[in-house]
Amino acid sequence: MTEKTVQLKVMRYKQGQSSPTYQTFPVTVNENTTVLVALTDIRRDQDSSLSLRHSCHHASCGTCGMRINGEEQLACVVKVLDLGTDTVVVEPLNNAPLLTDLVVNMEPFYDRFNTAGLPFIRESEFLPDAEVAEGIENYMRCENCIECGLCVSACPIMGSDPEYYGPAALAAVNRVVEEPRGLETESLLDWVDNQKGCWRCHVAYECSEVCPSGVDPGGHIMALRRQLTRRRFSRLLGG
Amino acid sequence: MASYHAVIIGGGGTGAAVAHDLTLRGLKVTLVERGEVTSGTTGRHHGLLHSGARYAVKDKESAVECIEENTILRRIAPGSFELNDGLFVAISEEEEAYSKDLIEGCRECGIPVKQLTREEALRLEPRLNPDLRMAVQVPDATMDAMRMPLRFFATAKANGADIRPFTEVVDFIKRGNAVSAIRVRDHRSEKDYEITGDIFINATGPWSGKIADMVGVEVPIRPSPGVMLAVYGRLSNMVINHLHQSGDGDIIVPQRGLSVIGTSSWVVEDPDNLGLPEEHIQMMVDKGSTLIPAVRQAKFRAAWSAARPLIGPRGADTGRELSRTFKCFDHVDEGVEGFVTITGGKAATLRGMAETTANMVCQKLGHDVPAPPARQSYYRIRPTTPKETRSND
Repeated sequence: MTEKTVQLKVMRYKQGQSSPTYQTFPVTVNENTTVLVALTDIRRDQDSSLSLRHSCHHASCGTCGMRINGEEQLACVVKVLDLGTDTVVVEPLNNAPLLTDLVVNMEPFYDRFNTAGLPFIRESEFLPDAEVAEGIENYMRCENCIECGLCVSACPIMGSDPEYYGPAALAAVNRVVEEPRGLETESLLDWVDNQKGCWRCHVAYECSEVCPSGVDPGGHIMALRRQLTRRRFSRLLGG
Repeated sequence: MASYHAVIIGGGGTGAAVAHDLTLRGLKVTLVERGEVTSGTTGRHHGLLHSGARYAVKDKESAVECIEENTILRRIAPGSFELNDGLFVAISEEEEAYSKDLIEGCRECGIPVKQLTREEALRLEPRLNPDLRMAVQVPDATMDAMRMPLRFFATAKANGADIRPFTEVVDFIKRGNAVSAIRVRDHRSEKDYEITGDIFINATGPWSGKIADMVGVEVPIRPSPGVMLAVYGRLSNMVINHLHQSGDGDIIVPQRGLSVIGTSSWVVEDPDNLGLPEEHIQMMVDKGSTLIPAVRQAKFRAAWSAARPLIGPRGADTGRELSRTFKCFDHVDEGVEGFVTITGGKAATLRGMAETTANMVCQKLGHDVPAPPARQSYYRIRPTTPKETRSND
């Protein structure tokens, strides 16, 4: 297996510091080394103060979102050598308060997400031709959205308008509208039917570009607009 | 007077559950974790809520622990699992014969089983290897490895526990023969400070040997990594197991739109240096495709290693021979007071591990309260700030 030394230029910030700085670490990587593993190797061998979030290592938990060479990605599924640059720039997500190094505070993000109230488990849409095993009502599976915040970091509106709910929460609202599973949808539609909600989006689709789970938040926002337009018409017609 | 009754070291599933249990018993609790919570073994495991069937023939103690905890977790943490059951698939004649041992073992351990014919199994899971001879259905389930323990963290926090991520233990401070404080470094500011406590609980899984070294006691831990491979596509709805004695690459766990094939097993000294053997990734493809042939064509998503915290003597070399059960060590036997270790076990048994640990801790502290009932209402998975109302979604 080929090994190569690559420079990781990592944004550093510790509380009390006036502004973030950059620090460059040489790291030996092979074809399988992900940016996440390169960062944890740095923490083990070079600097134990380097802080980052990570958990599942296979794009299922959504904790290791960061900007890699300027693009929002999950560090666990980006192989260093696939980037093709001798220096790889690693920075925290945008549009979230910076806590330290590559760690941002996700709480405001989760709070908005909670308002959407999306249940974590959905009906499985796979294997429609298969039977459901006896003893199981229907197959359930986890929602696609892993709440990583990449879409919120990439959204051009979020940076200029902190009031905007953002693509993740709006996509979650539309998922509830699509599959309510007992939840009330009218008040959710009211919540997003304004300039903080789905009418604020400028249709840049950056969110859908960066989503690592194929959620297509931009598509969900457009679906919400259609839903709200239908609702207005039906109200006009007294329906 | 110490600031806390109990100080937990390690923010994985075990630490979360211990914090939750002790908080419910009225103790003042804090937990320190050097990184983000669930950034060690917890978040990285296979995501399988074991029914216990895998251990029902050779490791009955683990099997019984699994089915008991499986049943409790389904009840107390609904919404954390894809309730999809599991199939053990027999492909060779020998495996078909072994199914009798499996079924008998499951019945002895109290694990519900149902025998399926080849045709029944293929109707449920059309992508299975068509050469299968029969299958056995058991109550396995897929869990979100991170979010299930997050419920315990959120509930513990709401009940008063102080959870401190990015806080690394740098030293233990003793008074006489008792641990009385830890010196920690807050990695958000790189400032050190001390936390005093009546008892210190080492819940660091494969790192528990390293932490024990800092205190000068011994924990017979064998960090035993395994490789997992995630491919695009949900190739099955149920958890698919190879019906044979435990081996490599013999479980496929569907997670969202991915299928995760695992795992292998070896033993390392340093849980921070697992490596990712290339041949193990290929082995997951090869072995996984004997269960579901489409694994071979499926697009690669990720491959990674995670270290099990197995208990065993030095010299164990593959990790397969070691039990999956857990153990709580009171280091007073080695002359150190105020320090216990909980290790071994599995994600599926985190609640039971915590209850055992909390019993020992309360007994040592002379804190005479009964264990909280197994059924507690839990916070929902998502919030790290549990200001939402409780729910059993």
